[in-house]
Amino acid sequence: MDWKQLLRWLAGGLLLGLFVSFALGPFIWQLITALKPAGQLAQLPPLLPAPPTAQHFVAVLGAPGFLRVAANSVFVAVTTMLLAFILGVPAAYALAKLQVGGRQVILAALLCFSMFPAIANVAPLYLLFIHLGIRDSVFAVVITHSVFALPFTVWTLTNFFQEIPNDLYRAARIDGCSHGGILRHVVLPLAMPGLVSVGLLVFIFSWNEFLYSFTLTATERSRTLPVAIALFAGLHEIPWGEIAAAAILATIPTVVLVFLFQRRIISGLTAGAVKG
Amino acid sequence: MTDATRERLGRYALLGPAALFVAGVALLPVLFTLWLSLRRQLPIFGVSRFVGFENYRFLLEDGRFWSASAHTGYFVLFSVTLELALGLGIALLLRQRFPGRGVACALVLLPWAVPSVVAARFWEWIFNSDYGVLNYLLGTSVNWLGDPRWALPAAILADVWKTTPFVALLLLAGLQVIPEELYRAARIDGANSLQAFRRITLPLLMPVILLVLLFRTMDAARIFDLIFVLTGGGPANRTETLVVYAYKLLYRTLQFGYGSAVAVTTFLFILALSLAYLRIFRRAWRMREDR
Repeated sequence: MDWKQLLRWLAGGLLLGLFVSFALGPFIWQLITALKPAGQLAQLPPLLPAPPTAQHFVAVLGAPGFLRVAANSVFVAVTTMLLAFILGVPAAYALAKLQVGGRQVILAALLCFSMFPAIANVAPLYLLFIHLGIRDSVFAVVITHSVFALPFTVWTLTNFFQEIPNDLYRAARIDGCSHGGILRHVVLPLAMPGLVSVGLLVFIFSWNEFLYSFTLTATERSRTLPVAIALFAGLHEIPWGEIAAAAILATIPTVVLVFLFQRRIISGLTAGAVKG
Repeated sequence: MTDATRERLGRYALLGPAALFVAGVALLPVLFTLWLSLRRQLPIFGVSRFVGFENYRFLLEDGRFWSASAHTGYFVLFSVTLELALGLGIALLLRQRFPGRGVACALVLLPWAVPSVVAARFWEWIFNSDYGVLNYLLGTSVNWLGDPRWALPAAILADVWKTTPFVALLLLAGLQVIPEELYRAARIDGANSLQAFRRITLPLLMPVILLVLLFRTMDAARIFDLIFVLTGGGPANRTETLVVYAYKLLYRTLQFGYGSAVAVTTFLFILALSLAYLRIFRRAWRMREDR
C-alpha cells in the first residue's frame, strides 16, 4: 500500500469518526445526565457522574402514569401497524398486480398524502373527536396515525409486490386461485422482507409521532411517550435528570430495532425512492 | 355475473377499504379545514359565521404570519442544504468497503430513530445556558436558545443532527446502484477521483439527490415538534414557524377560522414547492434521456 492511499484511508476514517461522534454525542451526554446524582446536575465539571446513580431511572419508572403512557405507546404503534397492513396489503396487491385504471394518479396521490402537513387536517379531526366523545382515547390517536401510515404502506408495498414475477401470479390465477389465496400463498410469503421493512417503519413513525398525539390527548389515559416527555415538568424546578432518564427509556425500543433490523429499515426507506 | 364484472368487483373490494379510510380521515378533514378557513369560528365566544376571504385578507396584513413564513424559509434553506452536503459526504465515506462498515451504518442511522421530541430534549440540555455542555466545551456563556440571534441556528443544528442520517442512507443506496465498471473504465482512461465524481457520480446520483431534496424540503417546511419543544417558538417568536404559529392560533387562542387559514396557506406553500420540484425533476430526467 502506498503512502497516498494510506493517507486517504486515515482522512476518511477521521471524518467518519467525527461524524459518528456527532451522531452519538447527544445520546452519550443524555445517558451521563441520567446517571448523575441530582446534586451534580448543576455542576460542570465533573463531566462524568461520580458515583453513577440509578435514582432518576427509578423515579421515572416508579412515577404514577409512566408505565401507563409507555403501554399506550406500544398499543398505539402496534395497532397502527396492524391497521395499516389490514387496509394496505389488499390495496397494494391490487395496484401491483391487477389492471387498475388511473394507477399512476393513485400512486402520485399516495406520495402526496404521505408528505402533507398534519396541521392541515388536525383541527377538524379534533372537533370531530370531541363531537364523537372519543378525544383523549388511544383509538383517536391510532386512527390519525393510520391515516399517515396507510399511504406510505400502500406506496412502498406496491413497489415490493411489483418485484414478484407476474408469471407466478398468472399461474396461480389459471389454477383457479382467488385473490385471497394468491395473497396468502404467493405474494405474502415472497414479499415477507418488504412487509417486515414497512412494519418497522410504521412502528417507528407511530412511536415518534407528536402533533396528533399531543392535540388529541388530554390525560395519561391516552398520552403517548413523546407527549409525556414534551410535557415533563417538575413541581418546583425542571427535573433534568428525570427528563434525561425518560428520554433514554423512550428511545430504547427504536434504537434496538435499528440495530437489529438496520438493513430491512434502509431497504424500506429506499424502496421505490432509488429504483423508481 | 360475468367474469368481467367479477373482476371489477374484486378490484373494488381490494382497493375500497383503504380508499374510503384515506378519503374519510385525510381528504374530508382537509376540505373541512378549507371551509373553516372561510369562517370566523371562536367556540369560547359562541361565534360561528361565514366571512368569505376575510381571514385571508387579514393574513396579508399579519406581520407575525410573514415573519413565521420567513423563519420557515430560513429553516428549510439552511437545514436542507446542510443535511444534503453532510449526507453526501457521509454516503461517499460509507460506500468504501472497510471492516465495521455495518456497525458504522447503524451508528449513523441512530439519530433518525429518535423521536423528535426526545431529540429536542437532548439538545435543550446541551444548549442550556447555565449547565449546558456546549458552553462548557466552547468556554462560552451564550444563552443559545434565549438569544434571538442564536435560537434559530440552534434549532437548525438539532434538525441537522436528527435528519442527516436519513439523507445519507438514501444517497448511499443511490450510490450503490452505480456500476463499478464505470469507475474502472474512467481510471483506465486516466481520470482522477474528482473528475470521476463530477462526470460519473454526480450525474448518475442526480435523480436520488432531487428526490431526497423533495422529501426533505416538504418535511422541513412542516417542522413543528422539534421547535415546539426546543423553544416553543421563542424567544420573542424568533423561531416561530408557520406550523407552530398555526398550532398556537388553533389550540392556544382557539381561533379555528383564522388558524385554519394559516394551516391551509402552509399546505398550499408546500404543495407549490413540491410541484416546482417535480417540474425540475422532469427536466432533469429528460436531459438524462437526451444524452
